[in-house]
Amino acid sequence: MGSVFLHLHPKRVTEASVQFNRTFGLGGMAALLIVIQIITGVLLRFYYAPYPAEAYNSILFLKNQVLFGQFIRNIHYWSGVFLLMIAFLHFIRVFFTGAYRDIRNINWLLGLVLLILVVLLNFTGYLLPWDQLAYWAITVSTNIIGYLPFAGETLRTMIIGGKELNASTLQSFYAFHTAVFPLLLLLIVTYHFWRVRKAGGILTQHTSEEPVMIPVVPNLVFKEVIVALVLVAALFTFAVFFNAPLLEKANPTFSMNPTKAPWYFAGVQELLIHFNPLFAAFIIPFGVLSFLALIPFLQYQELPNGIWFISEKGQHSAKSTAKFSAVLTIICIVLNQYILKFEILLSPLPAFVSNGIVPLLILFLLLTVFYRFYLKPIKLNKEELVQAAFVFILTAFIILTLTGIFFRGKDMELTFPWNI
Amino acid sequence: MKKTQDKRVQPKVKSSPLKVFNRRDFFNTVWKGLGLLAAFEMAGIFTAYLFSGKRKSIPEPGQLIEAGLAESFAPNSVTPFMGGRFYLARQKDGGFIALSLRCTHLGCSIAWEEKQNRFICPCHSSAFAINGEVLNPPASRALDFYPVMIDNGLIKVDIGTLKERNSFRKDQLQYA
Repeated sequence: MGSVFLHLHPKRVTEASVQFNRTFGLGGMAALLIVIQIITGVLLRFYYAPYPAEAYNSILFLKNQVLFGQFIRNIHYWSGVFLLMIAFLHFIRVFFTGAYRDIRNINWLLGLVLLILVVLLNFTGYLLPWDQLAYWAITVSTNIIGYLPFAGETLRTMIIGGKELNASTLQSFYAFHTAVFPLLLLLIVTYHFWRVRKAGGILTQHTSEEPVMIPVVPNLVFKEVIVALVLVAALFTFAVFFNAPLLEKANPTFSMNPTKAPWYFAGVQELLIHFNPLFAAFIIPFGVLSFLALIPFLQYQELPNGIWFISEKGQHSAKSTAKFSAVLTIICIVLNQYILKFEILLSPLPAFVSNGIVPLLILFLLLTVFYRFYLKPIKLNKEELVQAAFVFILTAFIILTLTGIFFRGKDMELTFPWNI
Repeated sequence: MKKTQDKRVQPKVKSSPLKVFNRRDFFNTVWKGLGLLAAFEMAGIFTAYLFSGKRKSIPEPGQLIEAGLAESFAPNSVTPFMGGRFYLARQKDGGFIALSLRCTHLGCSIAWEEKQNRFICPCHSSAFAINGEVLNPPASRALDFYPVMIDNGLIKVDIGTLKERNSFRKDQLQYA
């Protein structure tokens, strides 16, 4: 068994690749969290009943009657949250060290698929407690699908098995959450790891000297064990002090005020307040996803050098772009909330024009101005330019998410976190 | 490795223009074809299996709910009927409309705010007037409604027939 574990690694690796701040151990942490998810998930299955009449009660029973029931549920909940955050940080780390190009291009795509799978796992799991939080978050999210052109309403009905959430929705979400997605995740993660080895290990900074090779045991394994122990300790501490949320049983006639989507969709929900759903939930997210998928396949001039933010210039332009994006996003949110209500101002036009095409065009105009008067004069190369675009999207996404989580109170009006 | 093997086996075959397939190629193709066919069959079976058994909640027209006598509702008032998932709204001019609970934006249940004289959706702060018209986006369509019938002053609502609309029209109201 021990040798199976050790064979995940080569016998020797370069000295540079075991430096903690090369990867921050994020990929390994994600793998460990998946294992924890599977163990606690299987344990939860022994008590959970996937039927609307019993689901909520089975969670109550788990909480109140089962020894360590609350604890196991908390670990499952928090490791799900941690997994998504760490997978996201891993994705950011890989991008900013340039470890997505050439031989690693397929692995970048696999990583994206894995990130989406983790979101889907979190999302399908969100419904299972069948409490108010679950019911309304999933109602809102699945209603978005109805806005897809042509087949939207049909697709929505197909996914939830009816017009509103019902028993068959819960059952199919359960099947996806506990069988389909975990299986896919395991298969792809295995391949993901294998491809890292195939690419010659972790991408490290290019030097002219011959890299120093050191044995994996104890150099790498020792560090991995430390990271694993610290992570498990942090997770258990969290699970002891913070309970997984559980509100009252789902009530289809009463939406909570405010009703918020799961935290990882808070950014999309914030977009939904500002854009027509067709744009907020499809055109913009799919645009962003296509851009992310295309990143490794744009023809770059230079080889990946493994340097954080590519170069001095890259670092500088990334910083300014982040600032620009943050300020622009905040201004747009506030302006659109209080003054520029496109849907009312341009009311004779159809909603997807007044509240979709028009604001998007304005945004593109502002971006063009930023490009023309800042990015173009400092003469970035292609990879630095792609990095700037990535930084813009990333910052806007983070600001939108934080706004959705911390600055939306009653009636989804803008407010301060201490008023929520 | 493979190439040298092929050369050893196939020289004669390659020289003959009439023989398009040799035996190995033929069987390889057959196997691939059968595999593809099997994959399609499995996909078909999966799809049929997964979607034929979905419990569909088909609304049945003619499910009537008796809401009460027309005179018992004051003009410009809203009465919730949670069991039927609608609000019975009586307009200032005395006309009745049965408004669906579902916000037309993303399907949350709207709440009637007496003080502000409007329906407010808690999810994305859409607001609707007492006749269902949109007062505040992001919702872009007026609230859906159920047909109201008034029979000898008794109000009945057909909760099996949900009617969608873009905006409010006078003929959607019913008068006692």
